[in-house]
Amino acid sequence: MREQPEIASSSQTSDRPTGGLTAVSLSLRLLSVGPLLILAVLVAVVSLLTPYFLTPVNISNILAQTAVIAIVALGQHLVILTRGIDLSVGSNLALATVIGGLTFRVTDSAVLVMLAMLISGTLVGAVNGAVYVFGRLPHPFIITLATLSICRGLALELSIGHTTMRGMPDFIVAVGSGNTFGIPNSSILVALITVAVLIMAKAMVWGRWTYAVGGEPEAALEMGIPVKWVLVSTYVISGLCAGIGAIVLAGRTAASSPLYGNLLELDTIAAVIIGGASFLGGRGHIGHALIGAVMIGVIRNALNLLNVDVFFQMIAIGLVIVLAVEADVLRSFLEARTRAMQAARTQ
Amino acid sequence: MNSAPNSPVLVVRNAQKRFGAVHAVRDVSFEAYHGEVLALLGDNGAGKSTLVKCISGVYALDEGEIMVSGIATAIHSPAAARRAGIETVYQDLALFDNLTPAQNFYCGREIAGPEWLPRGMRFLSKRRMDREAAAVIDRLKVNLPKFDAPVALMSGGQRQAIAVARATVFARNVVILDEPTAALGLRESRKVLDLIAQLRAEGNAVILITHNMEHVVELADRAVVLRQGRKVGELKPERANQQHLVAMIVGAEGIGNSAP
Repeated sequence: MREQPEIASSSQTSDRPTGGLTAVSLSLRLLSVGPLLILAVLVAVVSLLTPYFLTPVNISNILAQTAVIAIVALGQHLVILTRGIDLSVGSNLALATVIGGLTFRVTDSAVLVMLAMLISGTLVGAVNGAVYVFGRLPHPFIITLATLSICRGLALELSIGHTTMRGMPDFIVAVGSGNTFGIPNSSILVALITVAVLIMAKAMVWGRWTYAVGGEPEAALEMGIPVKWVLVSTYVISGLCAGIGAIVLAGRTAASSPLYGNLLELDTIAAVIIGGASFLGGRGHIGHALIGAVMIGVIRNALNLLNVDVFFQMIAIGLVIVLAVEADVLRSFLEARTRAMQAARTQ
Repeated sequence: MNSAPNSPVLVVRNAQKRFGAVHAVRDVSFEAYHGEVLALLGDNGAGKSTLVKCISGVYALDEGEIMVSGIATAIHSPAAARRAGIETVYQDLALFDNLTPAQNFYCGREIAGPEWLPRGMRFLSKRRMDREAAAVIDRLKVNLPKFDAPVALMSGGQRQAIAVARATVFARNVVILDEPTAALGLRESRKVLDLIAQLRAEGNAVILITHNMEHVVELADRAVVLRQGRKVGELKPERANQQHLVAMIVGAEGIGNSAP
């Protein structure tokens, strides 16, 4: 019965689509909450395996450890929304901590040290965006790969052979490692930044433009959206997020280092993709980058608690990335199905 | 809406457009009126797409003038055309798959405030945009499965309808449709044709580019025929003169001696 005559199958479509359509749209909805679902299952399984996992101390530990990834991933998410990628975030962060460390040698002011790190991060982001857009590069991969190398080299050069420069102003240390009412300050900072990015992405015209540019760049031009500036702005914000991440990491360790943020670009890209954003652009809720970051933190923490080899952590995260990307492929497939069914229903 | 015979909303006079050695539009003049569907006909390469792109601001005319509501208007960019109340639905639709119909409607011209902020930093008036988009969709009797779902989940006909509906929100003067049924099945084409008829009933001036003679005879109040960049005829399309119309388009009618 595999090869049904066409007439028979077309006569069936009249009553079938409604049932099929609800099934497909149900699975689409399931996919959109998928990351959160997987995180919940993960937490449940791990807490069964090791009772220590869900203790307040461990939870605040996980949150503190994922703060840097989460903050930088929020910026990375905006870039990926526009079909781009920012490979420079890790080196950018390292350079920012070194600039902060050097500033601390000159002044004790926490404000000036923080400002130095934020400006350093933002400037690198601005260079990324400007060279990509106005230098008419075919893909942001190239320029951010270049700044990945340049920033790391600059950080090593500026720190003149020191792998760590000890000391940070008290306020920055408090931001990176202090608690307020038992909640890590860095997590509170993550929450604040998330709210800010959410407002920008969901409530402001800029956010609508960002989704539009990522979804359909050609149409965005035709509709009069300032595409170039939207693109540049996402790299600037990604750089700023790397600067904020630098403050948190320098504060947590009370030090700066040109070696910080190694492979952070991969962790943040993984967080964004695991969280359910699409490399095809224009899709992904801001909150999902957080879920992705927490999921990476949970996997690492759980495997640590279970005494699993460090190398296996890398394998596990790699497998989760493949799963997440396959979910994205499945989503596009289901969307195409829905479209076909809609057309069939009009017949 | 009052009936057609009033002053034309769009007048194109002695339009000329060259691309290097190619003389794509040669001295073409025509008018469009409110409450009328004007079909723009011609074989591939006849110049109709170029002509339309000159009206919608993609190209600038070399010579000739465009008058909108009796005022000579310089249209040198798509934005200028929109400001003049001319909306175009291109074949690629320019829809954002990842956005909902309402978001698509207002993309690039969001209703947002406060005014003193730079445009990108203003806050979206989502409810107002949703409400107004829903009202248009409703008024045009467009059937959408879900109003808050992304356009990616909708069929070709529904997408076409959304693009057309978007154009009508902003078109105060003219709606140009470039082959709106080319990619659609029979039923979905029907819906889009009904939509065009309704645009006309609401008083819009509709310029329709199509290759489908059935649709022309059914819908168009007037047809302008182009061949090799020239206007070779203008008539009221009817069943009786359908053959004549086709002959004019392909130039198999004794008027083929117009080429220099």
